[in-house]
Amino acid sequence: MSIEEIYDAKHDAGGELIAGATGDWEIIIGMEVHAQIASRAKLFSGAPTDFGGEPNDHVSLVDAAMPGMLPVINNFCVEQAVRTGLGLKAEINLYSVFDRKNYFYPDLPQGYQISQFKYPIVGRGEVRVDLPDGGTRVVRIERLHLEQDAGKSLHDQHPSMSYVDLNRSGVALMEIVSQPDIRSAEEATLYLEKLRTILRYLGTCDGNMQEGSMRADINVSVRKPGTSLGTRCEIKNVNSMRFIRQAIDYEARRQIDILEDGGEIHQETRLYDPGKGETRAMRSKEESHDYRYFPDPDLLPLELTQPWVDDIARGLPELPDEKKARFIDAFGLSPYDASVLVAERETADFYEAVARGRDPKIAANWVITNLFGALNEIGKTIAESPVSAEQLGSLLDLLADKTLSSRLAKDVFEIMFETGDDPQKIVEDRGLKQVTDTGAIEAAIDRVMAENPDKVEEVKAGKDKLLGWFVGQVMKATQGKANPQIVNEMLRGKFDL
Amino acid sequence: MSDLIELDLAAARDGLRAKEFSAVELTEAYLAEMARGEALNCFITQVPERAVEMARASDGRLADGTAGMLEGIPLGIKDLFCTKDVLTTAASHILDGFTPAYESTVSANLWGAGAVLLGKLNLDEFAMGSSNETSYYGGVVNPWRRKDDDAPLVPGGSSGGSAAAVAARLCLAATGTDTGGSIRQPGALTGTVGMKPTYGRCSRWGIVAFASSLDQAGPMTRSVRDAAILLQAMAGHDTMDSTSVDRPVPDYSAALTGDIRGLRVGIPAEYRVDGMPPEIEKLWQAGQQWLRDGGAELIDINLPHTKYALPAYYIVAPAEASSNLARYDGVKYGLRMPGKDLIEMYENTRAEGFGAEVKRRILIGTYVLSAGYYDAYYLRAQRVRTLIAEDFRAAYDKVDVILTPTTPGPAFAIGARTDDPISMYLNDVFTVPANLAGLPGISVPAGLSESGLPLGLQLIGRAFDEETLFRAAGVLEQAAGFAARPQTWWKD
Repeated sequence: MSIEEIYDAKHDAGGELIAGATGDWEIIIGMEVHAQIASRAKLFSGAPTDFGGEPNDHVSLVDAAMPGMLPVINNFCVEQAVRTGLGLKAEINLYSVFDRKNYFYPDLPQGYQISQFKYPIVGRGEVRVDLPDGGTRVVRIERLHLEQDAGKSLHDQHPSMSYVDLNRSGVALMEIVSQPDIRSAEEATLYLEKLRTILRYLGTCDGNMQEGSMRADINVSVRKPGTSLGTRCEIKNVNSMRFIRQAIDYEARRQIDILEDGGEIHQETRLYDPGKGETRAMRSKEESHDYRYFPDPDLLPLELTQPWVDDIARGLPELPDEKKARFIDAFGLSPYDASVLVAERETADFYEAVARGRDPKIAANWVITNLFGALNEIGKTIAESPVSAEQLGSLLDLLADKTLSSRLAKDVFEIMFETGDDPQKIVEDRGLKQVTDTGAIEAAIDRVMAENPDKVEEVKAGKDKLLGWFVGQVMKATQGKANPQIVNEMLRGKFDL
Repeated sequence: MSDLIELDLAAARDGLRAKEFSAVELTEAYLAEMARGEALNCFITQVPERAVEMARASDGRLADGTAGMLEGIPLGIKDLFCTKDVLTTAASHILDGFTPAYESTVSANLWGAGAVLLGKLNLDEFAMGSSNETSYYGGVVNPWRRKDDDAPLVPGGSSGGSAAAVAARLCLAATGTDTGGSIRQPGALTGTVGMKPTYGRCSRWGIVAFASSLDQAGPMTRSVRDAAILLQAMAGHDTMDSTSVDRPVPDYSAALTGDIRGLRVGIPAEYRVDGMPPEIEKLWQAGQQWLRDGGAELIDINLPHTKYALPAYYIVAPAEASSNLARYDGVKYGLRMPGKDLIEMYENTRAEGFGAEVKRRILIGTYVLSAGYYDAYYLRAQRVRTLIAEDFRAAYDKVDVILTPTTPGPAFAIGARTDDPISMYLNDVFTVPANLAGLPGISVPAGLSESGLPLGLQLIGRAFDEETLFRAAGVLEQAAGFAARPQTWWKD
């Protein structure tokens, strides 16, 4: 047994199994994620990286591979890769090398992609994925390396010719390679979401899958639990969470069917067709390119110093795992609530601003249930929230000092969400202040009791349940503004209960 | 007017500053020589109008006292340097019609110093060759001929157009590039000075790449002093070339003190190769004596891995070339030969666009980088390279500079070696090690062969110690007193 297999066996508890005709099967998934580095300039040229623009708007002489042009490393991209490595709790390699990956394609103007092959900038790390059952899947990171993106071929612009758009040519990517530690399509998307959360916390990738800032190649194989790893197929360039789930489920089923029919899996590269919901072979291992990797002689090896790396480490923000632990420990939140709040840095920051100096659990409840619920309904993000953290905090203060009942607070929140007004203003303008003046409440109670002598008798005869009815009537009489707790207490006093 | 072309760069510079003649006059004198020198096929592109315009601007700066270091000096530029708005071919069919929108750093430095562009000089296709016979634009003819023999000879390569143009006085000086000897070998074969600086001394930005880890630009001139002056203007750090080195450029001319007393000169045993012609051995001995007479100390040294240099070079250089030349695919610029699909377009374009030698090297390079062969060839060649660099490092503990012949023989007849690549490659046996180790080297014309052809001696220096190299080369040049000139048969 290899070390990998021993780890694998230990690691395997809790994988989701797929039933086949011959018994249960386990899916083994490893992912290669291409994350575009958040940087204004490309990896080896000064050209801008803005999404959109007219084709070939953002192309320098280097990106177009004009004769005699040379790459010069963008130090900021290096810093971003190191920051990401640190966020993935990974080894940072102080010595790494850029290699050329040679192949011909019109959208690859140099005829080679500058990448890192033997000596990547980041080594082994890990991503901890929270599973819905409350468990955690630790997905080991094999490596992270820097590389250039290619351009884009446009085949639909001319009846007989293809066009090439080099705007993306040379844009900096981080390829983040995981070990085959993922065990289901759901875990795969959870892994990707967690990875995206980390990258967004770090500010090293915007994680936008629609714009292609994050793309995944998925390695899928199946096996009977406890047996050694099966032959894998790689599904290329899947660019949405939904497609990832569909592609994995289809591919696993396809492989199981082949194996159960007595066939065998051939290692190959496959494409997912979202229209048909299936994967199909792109090229087999035998036809695979010989990329003739060799160190790029135009670039010196990348040498970093430990103090420089330490400096970046010191500037790292609190990451989701640490933040979640703190929310649980310091605020007493449930793991679920904590997870929800830390999923986006902006949400966590928002929550902390609301919770500061207030009851953290009530704050969490309001942010998750009321605010998220309302935002979800109108399809807005926390950054676009019409209610600021300060305003929501003020609302909670009004609730805490009993100016508002929770029912009233919900009403006020709805108005805040619609108008963006401060809660104090809404309370004053609309006279929504909770009545805690016992004189006014007593007058209302007396009035209700006087109007319903029969019910008063029933309570006096021992029908305690009717007390609730009285509370309701009093609340109605005060247009909901009476403090229900005070109403209850005073009623009990009247009835000597 | 015609005696203007007899002035070397240093003298022409002084004459221009003293207003003895104008830059336009000097430039027109060379344009006239270029017109008479067509038979040599030195130039791929001539830009006479632009040259006169640049010279006129130089005269303006000479008049108002803003003259640069090379003000009004008419130069030829090897057609491997990209020149803004001037056709740049690398002597290849595949770059048909390619006119860059940018200027190489080295040539930009020259224009910034006031130099005048006469035209773009012929070379071996993509600088791959030792005879200038692989050019798509036809071979360059060496101005030198054997005594009593009219057979046309090669000028060496790949900077053959540069060497021949300097030797025939078609330009005052020229730029070359040297990947395995492409400056020094044609220098030796044409009786001119060819200097390859330390790797990283001149920017490679804007020079069409052959083998990136070996390519280095350098001056090709009539004298050691001219080479020092020209390099002064070419060299310097460039942030656009990651392999360019950030060190100040010293005053190279000031290094030409003529004093080499106490200089330790290494004589490497391994350069005494089998079958070396006696006249080369004799010249080498003479060179040693000249330096000894100047007060230098001669020390026998060993560079034990020398014999592996050529094989290692013919792995590393083609490997890098195979990748560097992938960009010539018919998609973006230059030649495109249509095909029924993409692959056929690639095949047709590259089949038509590249010559036989370039194809041979692309094939060798592709092969040595292939899965299964990489370790045996490329990786091993890189290890050899490290050992060769180590040899030199050890030698420079004992000596300051190393003296060797530049080439195993004089210029040969056009066509004599085109069917035998190996014998062609052997031309570079003495020059290649300096490229593999990244060291500066210079070839100084030192004598004539029995057949009346120029021969050169090479000095190899420590990395970034071009000053010592120039100083020793100056003494060698002085002592050799090489004054022979080719018959000007091309003017007839």
